[in-house]
Amino acid sequence: MSMAAEPNELRDDVLNGLQLSTQLEKVWRTPSGLVGALMSVDHKVVGRRYIVTAFAFLLLGGILAILMRVQLAGPEKTFLSADKYNQIFTMHGSTMMFLFAVPVMEAFAVYLVPLMVGTRNIAFPRLNAFSYWMFLFGGCFLWISFLFNAGPDVGWFSYVPLSSLQFTPTKRADVWAQMITFTEVAALAVAVEIVVTVFKLRAPGMTLDRIPLFVWAMLVTSFLVMFAMPSIMVASTSLILDRLVNTRFYDSSSGGHPLLWQHLFWFFGHPEVYIIFIPGTGMVSAILATFVRRPVIGYPIVILSLIATGFLSFGLWVHHMFVTGLPQLGAGLFTASSMLIAVPSGLQIFCWLATLWDGRPVYRTPLLFVIGFVVIFVLGGLSGVMVASVPIDTQVHDTYFIVAHFHYVLIGGAVFPLVGAVYYWFPKIAGRMLSERLGRWNFWLAFIGFNVAFFPMHILGLIGMPRRVYTYTADMDWAHLNLLSSGGALIFALSFALLLVNVIYSLRKGELAGDNPWNASTLEWATSSPPPPQNFDRIPVVKHRDPLWADSESLPVVAGLSAERREILLTSLAEAEPQIREASPEPSIWPLLAAIATTVFFIGSIFTPWAVLWGTPPMAVTLIGWFWPAGSKEDEE
Amino acid sequence: MRQTIVRNVAELPTYGYGPRSGPWWGAMGFMALEGMGFAIAIGAYLYLYAVNPTWPIGASPPDLWPGTAETVIYLLSIIPNEYTSRVAHRQDLAKVRICLIVMAAIGIALLVLRGFEFAHLNTRWDNSAYGSIVWLILGLHTTHLATDVGDTVVLAVLMFTRHAKPRRFSDVTDNVFYWNFVVLAWLPLYVLLDWIPRL
Repeated sequence: MSMAAEPNELRDDVLNGLQLSTQLEKVWRTPSGLVGALMSVDHKVVGRRYIVTAFAFLLLGGILAILMRVQLAGPEKTFLSADKYNQIFTMHGSTMMFLFAVPVMEAFAVYLVPLMVGTRNIAFPRLNAFSYWMFLFGGCFLWISFLFNAGPDVGWFSYVPLSSLQFTPTKRADVWAQMITFTEVAALAVAVEIVVTVFKLRAPGMTLDRIPLFVWAMLVTSFLVMFAMPSIMVASTSLILDRLVNTRFYDSSSGGHPLLWQHLFWFFGHPEVYIIFIPGTGMVSAILATFVRRPVIGYPIVILSLIATGFLSFGLWVHHMFVTGLPQLGAGLFTASSMLIAVPSGLQIFCWLATLWDGRPVYRTPLLFVIGFVVIFVLGGLSGVMVASVPIDTQVHDTYFIVAHFHYVLIGGAVFPLVGAVYYWFPKIAGRMLSERLGRWNFWLAFIGFNVAFFPMHILGLIGMPRRVYTYTADMDWAHLNLLSSGGALIFALSFALLLVNVIYSLRKGELAGDNPWNASTLEWATSSPPPPQNFDRIPVVKHRDPLWADSESLPVVAGLSAERREILLTSLAEAEPQIREASPEPSIWPLLAAIATTVFFIGSIFTPWAVLWGTPPMAVTLIGWFWPAGSKEDEE
Repeated sequence: MRQTIVRNVAELPTYGYGPRSGPWWGAMGFMALEGMGFAIAIGAYLYLYAVNPTWPIGASPPDLWPGTAETVIYLLSIIPNEYTSRVAHRQDLAKVRICLIVMAAIGIALLVLRGFEFAHLNTRWDNSAYGSIVWLILGLHTTHLATDVGDTVVLAVLMFTRHAKPRRFSDVTDNVFYWNFVVLAWLPLYVLLDWIPRL
């Protein structure tokens, strides 16, 4: 099995400096031209596309939010019809959850994890490209359907029987269900890539207790994706089968049961919240350490909290179903588990506060967003503990109190860290700094706008305003708070416009970043900004949890990898001992073709079950083309 | 940043077997999430079983012989499957070729039997929720079976071409590994589909 190095192969131990960089760039770069771009398997290229696409969907979802806030700004407005409103709130929720929140977190992982663990590309780079195309096509499918008035209108959780054929005879619910299939395929693929990247591609010496906290967070998230998303795939498939070929999963007259849908949906839907939140905590840990100039206090506590949160997140789903008439024992159990999960989250918060207390904080924009996160997320956590209790939940179920609660949790827990992360890692990705002045405006507009928009919703919910109503009458006395909320939403939207302006401006005019503008400690800052196609000229060796703080002058590295073909270093799971020099795939057009074939299959199958038959051979052909050795040197050893 | 070379890895192998290799972990990841898919589907079956007073609904239980015959073949197939793994580790190309053909033939035979099993379920997918979940579960497993058979056939063909190079033996062992998953996933499904309705 041992394949000792061919003596005549060019290796990185005989080249140095510029010569080595140039040679590796030639080997690892994405081919030029349009076809070349479509073939790219570079995790940075795919990651960048993923991030930009997810933010484009954020923009679209945000526009829908503004439309809703305009409609609700006063009583009995006719800006949107009831039907349009139904489509818009469904599209807003589905876009934000499936096309923005989950993908954007995975996108950051796709870009950053390989750099942070010190390798040259993600594990299974072609699968990674495939994943991006599936995500893009699924998102476009949803939005194009919406533009043709076939957008889903049954809520982002698409409850049966409303979404069954009897009550939604149009294609709208099918579009929703199949969009789910697209995005889950994409998310599952990335999850497996991240797990294998973290398990096997870590730089030598990066033992389990030296993995950066952001990478730990993405590892836990990936496991959550792997164990939560199959549930929604079973759910969306069975819904489509009910609608298309008359299966009876949800038909109570033939032994089916509508609550089965809610169980399947929320068994995915609750971990989903943590799939969005846990990456946010990873971003917080990374940003915090850098800007308070010390490692996060309680590294093992933070990791164990992440893992505990991951496990507990699978035991909460029924708290979304308290009003469905569950046995009391069940309700009690899920109340207890819902309160229990506050414990690991609380532990992390205390670790961060202690870090902040003990450090020397430098209040740059990323840190401002982290502090905004702590404030808003704690508020959302408090209302979460409230609705974990059955009597309160029964009172406020389906009211604006719930809308307020989950926006505090999701925007506080994920979007604030995310925007902080944009300010933090933009210099690495783009090579230029974002404007600090615009950044401060961005933060304060976001913080004030968010609270003005969403805090009044708590009160609106408590005084009885239900969710998903397209208007209300003047005598309900909801008008002032709604107007206030709409004003806040505009300010909040303005903060994102400012972010966009900042990005566009800084891409051209921003100050040059250099390798490590924040003097951070993790490996992504040990290479140039933006990183070259090979990420590192030589693979780093890790001897410390904060390698760049331990020695800011020199980087210990390994040599001996090929300099004439794509080769990466595989290391052992726990100790990260070098094991194998493995070939890494070349660029290929097959992932795109496979994604196109899969798209035809998925979209075809909502119109005719026969698509399963005629759609399969093209998929099989593209997959065989994908895996068949191309005859290149690394395939032939 | 100045670089100091502290180690040379030129002598490391360029591929490996089992947990040393990347694809093995990839397969492991996909088995974990697909296993979760089976678990969820089993959960849905048991949920419907629990909420319905009669089970199976409006049908007699599936005929036993196709599922039982499959189970026997699945269990026996582990023997040639493990043998394939051994000869692949030994990089014995001639034997690997024969083994892959045998495994592909076993897979195709099981696909044919699976056709009979669908025909002997004694219910249709649109009869009742019982019929729906039975067809869904059997369909889900058939997808896995067909995928592995397809993979085995492609690998078998590959090993007869000029691409039959040493690193492909690692691919063969991963394929062996996945077949074990297809077998293991079937066993609880056999009990669920063929015996629960007889309780």
